[in-house]
Amino acid sequence: MNLAQTIFEALESLNGNKMRSGLTVLGIVIGVAAVIAMLAVGRGAEASITGSISGIGTNLLFVFRGDMNGSIRNPKPLTLGDVDALADKFAVPSVEAVAPALQGSAVVSFGGEQVSAELYGVTPEYFSARNYLITEGEYIVEEHLLGRASVVLLGPDVAEEIFGHSDGVTGETVRIEGQPFRVLGVLESKGGGMFGSQDRVAVIPFTTAQARLIRRSTNDRVDIIFIQAVDSESVPQASEEIAQILRTRHRTPIGADDFTVFTQEDMLNTASSITGILTIFLGGIAAISLLVGGIGIMNIMLVSVTERTREIGLRKALGARKRDILIQFLTESSLLSLIGGIVGIGFGWFIAFIVRQIAVATGTDFSPVIGADAILLATLFSAAVGLFFGIYPASRAANLEPVEALRYE
Amino acid sequence: MSNVIEVRDIVKTYQMGAVEVHALRGVSFDIQKGEVVAIMGPSGSGKTTLMNMLGCLDRPTSGDYHLDGELVSSLTDDQLAVIRNRKVGFVFQSFNLLSRVSSLANVELPLRYAGVREGRRNLAREALEAVGLGDRVTHRPTELSGGQQQRVAVARAIINNPSIIMADEPTGNLDSKVGQEIMDLLLSLNKKRGTTLIIVTHDPTISAQTERVIRLIDGHLDEESNGSKPKPRTNPVKRKPAKTSPERSRRTRKDVGKGSES
Repeated sequence: MNLAQTIFEALESLNGNKMRSGLTVLGIVIGVAAVIAMLAVGRGAEASITGSISGIGTNLLFVFRGDMNGSIRNPKPLTLGDVDALADKFAVPSVEAVAPALQGSAVVSFGGEQVSAELYGVTPEYFSARNYLITEGEYIVEEHLLGRASVVLLGPDVAEEIFGHSDGVTGETVRIEGQPFRVLGVLESKGGGMFGSQDRVAVIPFTTAQARLIRRSTNDRVDIIFIQAVDSESVPQASEEIAQILRTRHRTPIGADDFTVFTQEDMLNTASSITGILTIFLGGIAAISLLVGGIGIMNIMLVSVTERTREIGLRKALGARKRDILIQFLTESSLLSLIGGIVGIGFGWFIAFIVRQIAVATGTDFSPVIGADAILLATLFSAAVGLFFGIYPASRAANLEPVEALRYE
Repeated sequence: MSNVIEVRDIVKTYQMGAVEVHALRGVSFDIQKGEVVAIMGPSGSGKTTLMNMLGCLDRPTSGDYHLDGELVSSLTDDQLAVIRNRKVGFVFQSFNLLSRVSSLANVELPLRYAGVREGRRNLAREALEAVGLGDRVTHRPTELSGGQQQRVAVARAIINNPSIIMADEPTGNLDSKVGQEIMDLLLSLNKKRGTTLIIVTHDPTISAQTERVIRLIDGHLDEESNGSKPKPRTNPVKRKPAKTSPERSRRTRKDVGKGSES
């Protein structure tokens, strides 16, 4: 018997019991759709998180005081001296720009509206290091630092909340902690990040912050140093060079650094391992429903074999070998799950689409990603489920004794 | 004339739980090519078992069975399937047609298992014409009368040009008029094609139309008769080797002698 004929006959037989075939297929549809949708959501989450991390700047490093788990006592603070040392092109060739910053929080107000925002005191290098662009106005430049100018760049969320719009606000005067600042411009939106919204910020000149808003015990204190490596490949190299310089300057013993160099890549790795686990977890739950669908196929095929015992007996009387019967039933079960798989892919796609629509409607920066690998995986898996769960019923059919089968009522 | 069937000392024992059931207790006979033979006997006499043996649906517990010169009593399941496909055409009491597909597809089925790829439709159409159903090829069994369904079954039985047609109560589900039509069809096919015809039946009016009757009682041959000329002469000779159980052989021989002239 040729393949086309076998498939045609299997379809005919499945068609003979539409309701039952339909319900069996539904089990697989739900399983495959769940796998597709869950993988898509997982991928979407991964893309969204890594995207927002990349938005910070692909060759960015952070240096801050203390180590990650706080086991170092009395870490020396970072100073402007450290910044100058790191800015030395000859000592640290992999570093492109060094941007010291003071970090605090402040209430920004205009008219009756007020909003609490992250306040950064920065130097002009900050914008290139952190990959910040502005939608209007101008950047903070050296003159602002020299003159300790009362100017501020607002994050789009801050502008939105106090002005009601984020354009045409340059030149207005807002108050930060009660002190008047002229709005120099508005930053471009960067979306939500790991450290809260990157759009809910107010950026002022470093010296202004030092003198008026973010007071530290000594005048050369720096909270965080943003460092831009020359390119993304030299990030590990830069990280090593920075550590060397700071170890020397802080006179710390090896293995007891009182500072932390954190790279974008560290962040990406952490994030993608978390989202990877999330994806596997979601996919695993979905795979269980596919498994249940497979058991449904086995169930129905067993019923079908029992019901068609006489037919099997007849086919054997007419010369069907074991193999012929086996192939016949395996074709039926595989077709059930393959059809379920195809419909399920479509359905999963639809679910992913709905999720995206909901995300768009609620303003979340998130879109499920359906990969070709997920589709391939679901198709192969569903066909394998059909084959695997079809083997037992089919072999039962193939091994029926023709005499017994013909006599069966 | 050559023997299409040679059965020697066939024994079939079933294990039903703890009890051994002796369905056939040593049966021997020959059937010649082109013969029309009825197998008769009361329920439980082993005639269905014998038919299953002759149709290669089952293997004897012991004894030899040659079909068309081939020893088939020791073949594997799949080899038996091939033999059934090529050499045996079945006609069942309850027709056993696939209700989902057309009569043409039903008749085609043995060709497909035979691995015929080309011209199946035409062969099936010819077979349906041969049984007088040339105008019903696209009908499904449910759209046909009982007699027509049995004609489709006969067409299916002859499609592979088998050596023997095994008919198990072929008229059992039909009224007497239609039953007779089917009988006539089977007999005419036997005449035209020379296909050996073996009919298992309860019905004396059916067995009266056959050349010879093989009668079974309690798993033994009771008598073999109905005017087949060579039989009375050859049979006692052929029965001789089957002497494993003396009382059985004795009775069989005696019965044959008694019944042959009736």
